[in-house]
Amino acid sequence: MTELNVQQLLEKLARELDIYMGEKNISNPIYIGIRTGGVWVAKQLQSLLNNKDELGVLDITFYRDDFSRVGIQPTVKPSQLPLSVNDRHIILIDDVLHTGRTVRAALNEIFDYGRPASVSLVILVQRNGRELPIQADVVGDSLNLDAKQHVKLSGPDPLALQIVD
Amino acid sequence: MRHFLNIGDLKREEITHILDTAESFTSVDGQAVKKVPLLRGKTIVNLFFEPSTRTRTTFELAAKRLSADVLNINVATSATTKGESLLDTLFNLEAMNTDMFIVRHPESGAADFIAKYVSPNVSIINAGDGRHAHPTQAMLDMFTIRKHYNDFSKLRVAIVGDILHSRVARSQIKALNILGIKEVRVIAPRTLLPANVEQLGVSVFQNCKQGLRDVDVIIMLRLQKERMQGAFIPSEHEYFQLYGLTPERLVLAKPDAIVMHPGPINRGVEISSEVADGPQSVILHQVNFGIAVRMAILSIAISSDGKGVANET
Repeated sequence: MTELNVQQLLEKLARELDIYMGEKNISNPIYIGIRTGGVWVAKQLQSLLNNKDELGVLDITFYRDDFSRVGIQPTVKPSQLPLSVNDRHIILIDDVLHTGRTVRAALNEIFDYGRPASVSLVILVQRNGRELPIQADVVGDSLNLDAKQHVKLSGPDPLALQIVD
Repeated sequence: MRHFLNIGDLKREEITHILDTAESFTSVDGQAVKKVPLLRGKTIVNLFFEPSTRTRTTFELAAKRLSADVLNINVATSATTKGESLLDTLFNLEAMNTDMFIVRHPESGAADFIAKYVSPNVSIINAGDGRHAHPTQAMLDMFTIRKHYNDFSKLRVAIVGDILHSRVARSQIKALNILGIKEVRVIAPRTLLPANVEQLGVSVFQNCKQGLRDVDVIIMLRLQKERMQGAFIPSEHEYFQLYGLTPERLVLAKPDAIVMHPGPINRGVEISSEVADGPQSVILHQVNFGIAVRMAILSIAISSDGKGVANET
């Protein structure tokens, strides 16, 4: 088990997100975190960027592609998007990007709320093992792991990031 | 939970899981596209042997908001069609590779009966059988109560009216007791109470004034004239005089008490228009919540692994 410095990664992520939004001329975006880890990361990012907007929260349970195998998760909660997403820039935030299936589900859910101007993907840690053509726009760290290993974010207070064998 | 037939077989955690899941489905109402793709490709049959507006349409809407395909079948019924012809109907629909039947039938036990004969990969939801049970209505009523109060163990609920013919009341009483309610009261004339009603876990009142005092929730029931063969009440007018919910009677309950009714309401028979349309009435909220609650029940049943926690008998 390897411990990663989550605070350092968050600070790097915040700096790079700031630069990214500058380059892309993205102003006044809606921040959306994917429950649960993505929401924790999003809150930290907002605080580092001094952004006080209400955070959007997505629970992608109802959009998962493995529903018929795993059923309804007992932890499911309502999604909460603060405003209409129509014509807005979305900063979509998650903790780990692995297969890409969670992001696929999140994109589908966002588009059921409206038609955003753009969606940018911000990821704390990405790893190998993509199964869909999905890539992040801003990344804290990139890892090359064995299929058996996984990255786990625990939190919210304090946040801890580990590679578990 | 492959089938959903009867509240009495659920544990408190299972009821809570359904209510929590329903809470999540309420956010679908806020989407521009009021749909989630959970049950895409599934076929759900609304099999109704008895008239229904609210229940059938909210089941249909719930299934459609889960992206399932829905067939609505209304079967003209007589008392003798239960045996072989009921199963024939079922087997024919099953041959079309359907995944779930939502069954309403005038005979008590019809949904359980169908559940015994259906293929192992098909779910049965009881949408009301005779006087026996109407578990999805009870679930949406529990959801409505939980929206207003956090703790069932502090609540007094009064169910007023035609308990004898009411499958809704039977399911509500079971659900409330499983959730640890402080007290369930039934208020009705003796002729509209089942024998041994006390054994259901209720206190019995024949006098409205005593029964309504200090309750948190009032559930009015419809006088089910279509199920009455004989003189159960002297007249509708007299029934309203004794048991109708009027503003004068409503003040006996706690000041923030909510008024519920499973519908359809008979204005001036069991409830006055002032109360039905008044600020304490949550009757239309019940209808709205019915969609999210039924979405939860459909999706949990259809995704089950077949272990069947809710009644396999």
